[in-house]
Amino acid sequence: MNLHEYQAKQLFARYGVPVTRGEIATTPAQAAAAANRLGGQLWVVKAQVHAGGRGKAGGVKIARNSDEVREAANAMLGSRLTTKQTGPEGLPINQVFVEAGSAIERELYLSMLVDRGQERVAIMVSQDGGMDIEEVAVKTPERIITVAINPAAGLQPYQSRKLGFALGLGAAQIKQFIDLTMNLYRLFDESDASLLEINPLIVNRAGDLVALDAKITIEDNALFRQPDLRAQRDPTQEDPMERRAAEHDLNYVSLDGNIACMVNGAGLAMATMDLIKLHGGEPANFLDVGGGATPERVAAAFKLILSNPAVKAILVNIFGGIVRCDDIAEGIINAVREIEVAVPVVVRLEGTNVDQGKALLAGSGLDIATANDLTEAARKVVEVV
Amino acid sequence: MSILVDKNSRIICQGLTGRQGSFHTEQCLEYGSQLVAGVTPGRGGETHLGLPVFDTISDAVAETGASVSMIFVPAPFAADAILAAADGGIELIVCITEGIPVLDMVRVKAVLKDFDCRLIGPNCPGIITPGECKIGIMPGFIHQPGRVGVISRSGTLTYEAVHQTTTNGLGQTTCIGIGGDPIRGMNFIDCLALFEDDPATEGIIMVGEIGGTDEETAATYIREHVNKPVVAYIAGVTAPPGKRMGHAGAIISGGEGTAAAKYAALEEAGVKTVRSPAELGSAMQGLLG
Repeated sequence: MNLHEYQAKQLFARYGVPVTRGEIATTPAQAAAAANRLGGQLWVVKAQVHAGGRGKAGGVKIARNSDEVREAANAMLGSRLTTKQTGPEGLPINQVFVEAGSAIERELYLSMLVDRGQERVAIMVSQDGGMDIEEVAVKTPERIITVAINPAAGLQPYQSRKLGFALGLGAAQIKQFIDLTMNLYRLFDESDASLLEINPLIVNRAGDLVALDAKITIEDNALFRQPDLRAQRDPTQEDPMERRAAEHDLNYVSLDGNIACMVNGAGLAMATMDLIKLHGGEPANFLDVGGGATPERVAAAFKLILSNPAVKAILVNIFGGIVRCDDIAEGIINAVREIEVAVPVVVRLEGTNVDQGKALLAGSGLDIATANDLTEAARKVVEVV
Repeated sequence: MSILVDKNSRIICQGLTGRQGSFHTEQCLEYGSQLVAGVTPGRGGETHLGLPVFDTISDAVAETGASVSMIFVPAPFAADAILAAADGGIELIVCITEGIPVLDMVRVKAVLKDFDCRLIGPNCPGIITPGECKIGIMPGFIHQPGRVGVISRSGTLTYEAVHQTTTNGLGQTTCIGIGGDPIRGMNFIDCLALFEDDPATEGIIMVGEIGGTDEETAATYIREHVNKPVVAYIAGVTAPPGKRMGHAGAIISGGEGTAAAKYAALEEAGVKTVRSPAELGSAMQGLLG
């Protein structure tokens, strides 16, 4: 689950991590009033969307008076922002964050993430703040410095110093940097974050470190014990199909093709997409109905898939292990009848009671094609579109 | 022969009295596995499914001589259950539970270094030595004792590989689901090493998926240490970057973890790769004859 920049900065402030002063606004008038309250001569109006690359996409505007703040907010609010991290349809801007301008001396990069290889939380810094870090990692990997944190001991001051000196910070800033990284690690650990990124982390003209941007992702598996963070979820930033799927406890990811698939198990669901592609088709989605695959879930999955107007055919691929194929077949038949599925359906069943399952499908009088193996299933479904 | 578990393995179930624990323990017993006890804190002294229930792992181990544990404890308490098993003297911990917070697993992996034990999972179907011992949620009847070792990050794709090698008569020595989480216990290379040393295993099927670089690490290991034929399939060629594909660990991030990179590394290491999971069995048959 992603937090907005303003939510992440509120969290930073609570952990003593320095951030710029700012206020959230949902109308142009609120934005202008916020600028007046913040004072100063320069403000930054920032679109609150769950995607990076906002600056280049026009989602960050500098304003020199409250009228310009109002105009910038007016242009953003209610529109959609398309960045290189969103799809072509972009994300809706429902809120803007109005910040007091900063006098920037240096721009640095800092992130914290779960390093899978080392099986530890790692902190990564670079002098190349404000840039696309993935590009830095490819072109000049030596400019990224990483330390991994022992979970029992926690982040140690020497590790922070190592990063700070690598960033070329002076003695006074090193002390600030140690506090900042210690506080960030405490935040990361206590919030069950899986990613925390500050790009840029600036040194201002006064020589102080300040987080100019903030991105935090909370790990979904840990949301059960993070009620305060869970309450900050913004469903408007999520794919509507994926959101509906989540309500039914289905794992769904939207894709661009026209062959929908419904599969039990995440690995087999990915493999089914790959098979469709391998045989010349284009998958419309990833969908794992889970090990349970009860008739209710199958029906919910059919409804979800069919709400995508691009779908021209459906491939159902179930390996019945603990679940029985005849139960699955019943579920499919009921769902196809009840929802009046109008596109061709190809079903591949394997596993427990597979023959009974196939017989039920064949005798249903419905236009359901069955396949005996994975290859035949993929071929058949690609043929019908 | 087999690896890790056989007909003599004595197993306890942590979370035996829960719905999942009960259902799957019955299935494992039916398969012939030697489930000898359950552990549910606070319910020690009871009998469930004909098995004695203990409050602690150490009590269960002392009374039954068990060395393997199968964990069905709910995600919020599963990390604690894994460490309790390690501390209680369990040598092989099989954690089926899905949805354990990743920072819990970071702590678990750090602490497990203090113990001489192995962890399979979490978020996995478990491990089975066909005809001898099933520990987990896989359908037992699709397996057949035989010549191939199977290692997989995905449950249902393991079943595909098993089904195909049963149908074509190769059969399996042992099948291990290592799980779909980003941080887990045994990895590809740990299993590859055991299969390489197992005289009964003639070939190894490896099923990977997008996310992380464990398949690349395995490729390097195979090139240097594995002489038996290896067939590999990687799921997620069509997965878009930045999207989590069902499994917590199945995500391409920062350009890392693509199926293309994994295929390239495995092919360079001399592994026979297949682009369709339907070809795992036939490819292995082609190599073993």
